[in-house]
Amino acid sequence: MARFLLIRLLQTLPVLWAVATLTFFMVRFAPGGPFTAEKSIPPEILKRLEAHYGLDKPLSVQYVNFLKSLVTGQQPSIRHSNRTVGEIIRESFPVSLELGAWSLLIALAIGLPAGMLAAQKPNSAQDYVPMSAAMVGVCLPTFVLGPMVVLFFALKLGWFHTSGWNTPGDRVLPALTLGFHLAAYVARLTRGGMLEVMGQDFIRTARAKGASGLRILTRHALRGGLLPVVTFLGPAAAGLITGSFVIETVFNIPGLGKYFVGSVFDRDIPVVGGTVFFFSAIILFFNLLVDVAQAWLNPKVRLE
Amino acid sequence: MKALLIAACLAVLLVGCKKSADQPAAPGGSGAKADPGFGSGPAVSPGKMILHRGNGSEPADLDPQIVTGVPEHMILMGLFECLTDEDPKDLHPIPGVAERWDISPDLLTYTFFLRKNAKWSNGDAVTARDFFEAYKRMLEPTLAAQYAYMHHVVKNAQAYNEGKLKDFSQVGYKVIDDHTFQVTLIGPTPYFLSLVNHTSWMPVHLPTLAKHGKPYERGNKWTRPENFVGNGPFTLDQWKVNEVLTTKRNPHYWDAKTVKLDGLAFYPISSSETEERMFRANQLHVTETVPLSKIPGYRKNHAELIRIEPYLSTYFYRINTTKPPLNDKRVRKALALAIDRASITENILKAGQIPAFNITPPGTGGYTARGKFSGDLAEAKKLLTDAGFPDGKGFSPFELLYNTSESHRVIAEAIQQMWKKNLGLEAKLLNQEWKVYLDSQRQMNYQICRAGWTGDYVDPNTFLDMWLTDGGQNETGWSNKDYDRLIAEAARTGDAAARLELFQKAETILMDELPIIPIYHYTRQHLISPKLKGWQPTLLDHHPYKHLWFE
Repeated sequence: MARFLLIRLLQTLPVLWAVATLTFFMVRFAPGGPFTAEKSIPPEILKRLEAHYGLDKPLSVQYVNFLKSLVTGQQPSIRHSNRTVGEIIRESFPVSLELGAWSLLIALAIGLPAGMLAAQKPNSAQDYVPMSAAMVGVCLPTFVLGPMVVLFFALKLGWFHTSGWNTPGDRVLPALTLGFHLAAYVARLTRGGMLEVMGQDFIRTARAKGASGLRILTRHALRGGLLPVVTFLGPAAAGLITGSFVIETVFNIPGLGKYFVGSVFDRDIPVVGGTVFFFSAIILFFNLLVDVAQAWLNPKVRLE
Repeated sequence: MKALLIAACLAVLLVGCKKSADQPAAPGGSGAKADPGFGSGPAVSPGKMILHRGNGSEPADLDPQIVTGVPEHMILMGLFECLTDEDPKDLHPIPGVAERWDISPDLLTYTFFLRKNAKWSNGDAVTARDFFEAYKRMLEPTLAAQYAYMHHVVKNAQAYNEGKLKDFSQVGYKVIDDHTFQVTLIGPTPYFLSLVNHTSWMPVHLPTLAKHGKPYERGNKWTRPENFVGNGPFTLDQWKVNEVLTTKRNPHYWDAKTVKLDGLAFYPISSSETEERMFRANQLHVTETVPLSKIPGYRKNHAELIRIEPYLSTYFYRINTTKPPLNDKRVRKALALAIDRASITENILKAGQIPAFNITPPGTGGYTARGKFSGDLAEAKKLLTDAGFPDGKGFSPFELLYNTSESHRVIAEAIQQMWKKNLGLEAKLLNQEWKVYLDSQRQMNYQICRAGWTGDYVDPNTFLDMWLTDGGQNETGWSNKDYDRLIAEAARTGDAAARLELFQKAETILMDELPIIPIYHYTRQHLISPKLKGWQPTLLDHHPYKHLWFE
């Protein structure tokens, strides 16, 4: 196990390096720069601005500085001129993490039971009703669902604020929006995974032994049936806790998601680098968790 | 098992609701339930008269010499005070930190007499030295201030800013004594007193800057709430990035008794739909804008909440005049004439925009252009025939570039149809992401492209000097010696009427040559709570906060 973890951690290094390199060259070669604005800047001012941020140096030097700054996080943002990349991530990540955690909880609390219900009696009303709801959930993008829940719960019923991140109540609508959307995927994957396991010989054996339905479900089928969900949840959770641009815009939430998109529009090279690097590190970490979880859930998988 | 799971789901939902019900009202407002009046805005009570307003995007900084954008301007107007202030009705310059000023007979030297009771938010006196230091900082090459050019009307300012002059004592700023400050200009600048209202002319407290970083470099931490020192009616309270920025009364402000609001809260809301929902839920008193699709509804059903105000800004198309066939002014005029502007403003935009037949918005500093282009469709067709393209025959399809946005697309589609129907010309639409589009425009890598221009100050010069041959914003390749001469002459002319006459002549040339196709003059749209009083329509959308109050 320790050997496996060590190898996997070493494997992440080249991946992170590749991501950082691609990011740097893509944002550097995109048309327009951080100082491209509607009012053009006099050339001598532009030169000094570029010098201040080290953008006048040869590309190879810029590249090395970029890689260094990813490790330290000390590089100042260009758009937010008195904040460093490290500060930006430290300020906004906790918000996204909290929202992501609530959403994940909602997604699992709705998606898992719904999928299991459906799998118990396939092609019956018990299957069709939750699965149709899940189909709607999959198809309904968050930028449609978000305003809909605001219109109903905030404007019509007046239970919550329409947007903001002040009171605990402000977490509810965005978490529900994100959670419902994800729950739809979880439900469909749970159903698929459970159906496959329920049709296998060892389940029939268990039934023949006289095990109760509940016992079969929880003790025999669940571990194997959840495999596809776990595989899906790794990257999905990484995406959730690092913020969603759409949800943060609809609900005006000060999370990390805004920076992923905003920094690219602003060509804010240090922030683009920092956020992408951070996101990749989290994705890699969650994928590692998935591998470990799969080994635990499925005796067929070995970590060697 | 089933029941258990369902119960668990419900519990999660209920916990969420309960939490919110028990919570005190957010600073953002009381929520829809407590105050049922539609669009009445967050509750206000004596001692808590906080104005909550939408402010577009997150401010880049609060450093007057660094910032360039409108959201920053809206905040800084409350945090700092310039030598002159803006009249709440029409923004004409009124005494600010300077209680009066003398102008020399040759109109080149302005002597400002500062009021003795002007104070910084830390209690220090605001002196002539503070203005001198701030303006020196603005021009320091190491700061690389993007708006330093706003100071280039001052003697030797440009040379110092570009590093060609090392001795700052030769620049036209002079501290006569603690309360007397003198500025010497390179030419008569009739709008100078309005110019010094701009963020780039705000003073800063240099000792504070020196304490929190290098004063002449970017990245100084003095604009954090715990470090901030300003001289405006309000001072910085909290700055939660991407969430809200709040200000509170500055107890040391010299005119504190005039200030009625207890504070301002600026919300960076990038989505106008989100903003409109916040307004409906009484979380905001003033919105930054109104979604295009909601304007007709508000005008019809809630006319008391929506304000539509003229704005010093024009929407137009730039033409690349360096390549045939668009280098022929007959073709350009035919294109300009074939657009039905009223149909665009009335059917698409629906917010009182004025069809534009020239570039300077009407009433800019007492100037309304005479030199509008005119003609009908028959003339457009004749011009195109004269240019060698009868009914558009032989005219190869051309590209119309715009930055990616729903409203630009709809307008471009309408104009594409008009050109096809009226002239038989084929335009292909091309949209690019904002910075890519700006880059294409700057490189002249376009045929026709969408553009907009907002005046920096209320004077025709801000709309006309950009079309000079070497104008930094020209970007059309157009050049006209007579035009250049007229604008240069206007800069030297002290007599106001004669100066405006020169602008009239210049704009007539511009509208005869048409390197640009004016389309409409913008308006600003806001949703405003009826409780808010003192809000006047102004051309720059500035609403000096010390003159606002609640009823």
